[in-house]
Amino acid sequence: MAKRQIEPILWLTFSAGGMAAALALPVLLLVFGVLIPLDWASPDRTHLLAVLRNPLTRLVLLAVFVLALFHWAHRFRYTLYEGLQLKHLNQVINVLCYGGAVAGSVMAGYILLIAL
Amino acid sequence: MAERITLQVSRYRPENDAEPVTQEYEIPLRKAWSVLDGLNHVKDHIDGTLSFRWSCRMGICGSCGMTVNGDPHLGCAAFLTDYAPGPVRVEPLRNFPVIRDLVVEIGDFMRKLPKVKPWLIRTDTAETGTAEAEAAEIGTAEIGTAEREFPQTPAEMDEYHRYSMCINCMLCYSACPVVGLEEDFLGPAAIAIAQRYNLDSRDQGAAERFDVLSSAAGVWDCTFVGECTTACPKGVDPAGAIQRYKLTAAMESLKAFVLPRRAR
Repeated sequence: MAKRQIEPILWLTFSAGGMAAALALPVLLLVFGVLIPLDWASPDRTHLLAVLRNPLTRLVLLAVFVLALFHWAHRFRYTLYEGLQLKHLNQVINVLCYGGAVAGSVMAGYILLIAL
Repeated sequence: MAERITLQVSRYRPENDAEPVTQEYEIPLRKAWSVLDGLNHVKDHIDGTLSFRWSCRMGICGSCGMTVNGDPHLGCAAFLTDYAPGPVRVEPLRNFPVIRDLVVEIGDFMRKLPKVKPWLIRTDTAETGTAEAEAAEIGTAEIGTAEREFPQTPAEMDEYHRYSMCINCMLCYSACPVVGLEEDFLGPAAIAIAQRYNLDSRDQGAAERFDVLSSAAGVWDCTFVGECTTACPKGVDPAGAIQRYKLTAAMESLKAFVLPRRAR
């Protein structure tokens, strides 16, 4: 009975991204954005890299980043559509938003899975 | 001297006015008076030409929706003392065409509401026939006759009870920015009412409502602003109803993507 629509899938990534970002990003920001720069925590570099290179860490981080990027894409798309009344530019906006999310995801994947 | 308060009422008389104008009325400020009581005082004692809809005066009929100081309210549930010393701005509901003064044209909502089939649907007892005949028959004959009972536990009733409180006052349509932007959007109340039946254990019509609700003009137009729930005078929470249905619809769509047709 369900037609193959893309919007529900995008909404699922938006929804999951909001949840993942809300759970993971405050902790990551606190640790890497505040505690470490202020020297309140100084983890050993090799230990940190070892944690990062664990396949489980890579996968979890990749999921958080990809979902958060698609969350951003969906939200920004509707901000432009309705907040700025630019719905007539929808094709450009879609390419910009979801294209940006795909590009960011590829970059995150490259860093996490290959470069690291 | 008794206290008084000023109503700044939006007037629109299409035979005279090119666009709405504001007219001020000074009325007594009484403790138990709602904005609707104030308007009735104006109508009875000051200006009989003022037009507005009302009926029950007690938040049941849903007729007296209006914009009070910029927010959608039932005229009978907004009390003048809460706006003292005034003035109180009274305007028609937003997002609706104005017919006269505070009276708006609600045909758009009345056309959208039946699209979600807001009645109990039974597939096990339905006779085969045209959709319309079936709907008419199911709506009246199947449920509510003495031939068969459809018992329900309190927990099953809790599932939909909140959504059944809707009085079709359309404050949520007035509050919703998407309703103002997307004329095809089904809107908050219609979706909440659809959920009222979808979540009813006696109902079997969720599949029939699916196509309308899961279309682009159904739940997917909603961007979860949440103003509908803020505006609702009956605690219906249309925004919550829509989010719940988005998950239902998204799961069905996901199945459509990954499962072969016959397994759905």
